Amino acid sequence: MLAAVLQFPGSNADFDAFHTLSHVVGVRTQYVFHKESALPADVDLVVLPGGFSYGDYLRCGAIARFANIMAAVRAHADRGGLVLGICNGFQILTEAHLLPGALTQNVNLRFECRDVSVRVEVDGPFTQDLRGRTLRLPIAHAEGRYHADAATLDALERNRLVAFRYVDAGDGEAANPNGSLHDIAGLYGGPKRNVLGLMPHPERASESLLGSVDGRLLFQSAVRAALAR
Amino acid sequence: MRARVYVTLKREVLDPQGEAVRKGLQSLGLAGVREVRVGKLIELEIDDTAGDVNEALRVAVEKLLVNPVIEDGRVEVEAAASTAAP
Repeated sequence: MLAAVLQFPGSNADFDAFHTLSHVVGVRTQYVFHKESALPADVDLVVLPGGFSYGDYLRCGAIARFANIMAAVRAHADRGGLVLGICNGFQILTEAHLLPGALTQNVNLRFECRDVSVRVEVDGPFTQDLRGRTLRLPIAHAEGRYHADAATLDALERNRLVAFRYVDAGDGEAANPNGSLHDIAGLYGGPKRNVLGLMPHPERASESLLGSVDGRLLFQSAVRAALAR
Repeated sequence: MRARVYVTLKREVLDPQGEAVRKGLQSLGLAGVREVRVGKLIELEIDDTAGDVNEALRVAVEKLLVNPVIEDGRVEVEAAASTAAP
């Protein structure tokens, strides 16, 4: 099993993703720079990490979409390979049309940096046996409001591609931190639900020292999915 | 040649920034401002000897400058200023 963590100019959660995969989950992991035109031949999981790629100029993820490495990421996704976009990575996946819709300004205009509760809505490679579970994960974003037109939202619901939904944690905070339509926190896509994008940071909730180990479940599930292929 | 691309949020997309600006205007005493929508203006200087400018603009708008999921784009083209102008 080999995981690749992409590095764009302005990525800042690349080390977190590498650490979690390599040291917590125990997966062979390497960085892949955005200028590369190929992924490692035997790569199983590609992670687009959080951060502010290209300074978030124009729109979050809009310029990263044209990075050299993205053609290889698209080919990997089209082949059914696992792709995980976290936060800015999710924004990049929507801009690259690997996932539908768009992520835009939080409804309260604030950068939201806190823990949220999300419910796992469906099983998939990253959420095996987790359906119905509520996970406690941190968010850190100003542009996480999911938007798509009514027909797209309808198709997402009908095809059960909403992977995570914000739910009330009973902590007095708004359940939905950004105004996302349908309370969407994460989406599955790709030919086999092999592409996952989510705004919360599972890699920052994978060790008890960090307050939650719920995020580790996603990576462990992805490892099982990769090994089963 | 100079071109301007006006990028605006689609009607059905909530614009919290515009609403914040509207509240600011209300605080200024401008209670009559009912709605504010904030967009952006992108100016491009294009070498019109290097190929089809309209095609270049179309590609720029469709592929990068506007995200059609949430935004609309409008292009204005300004004729080249005469090089003899003072």
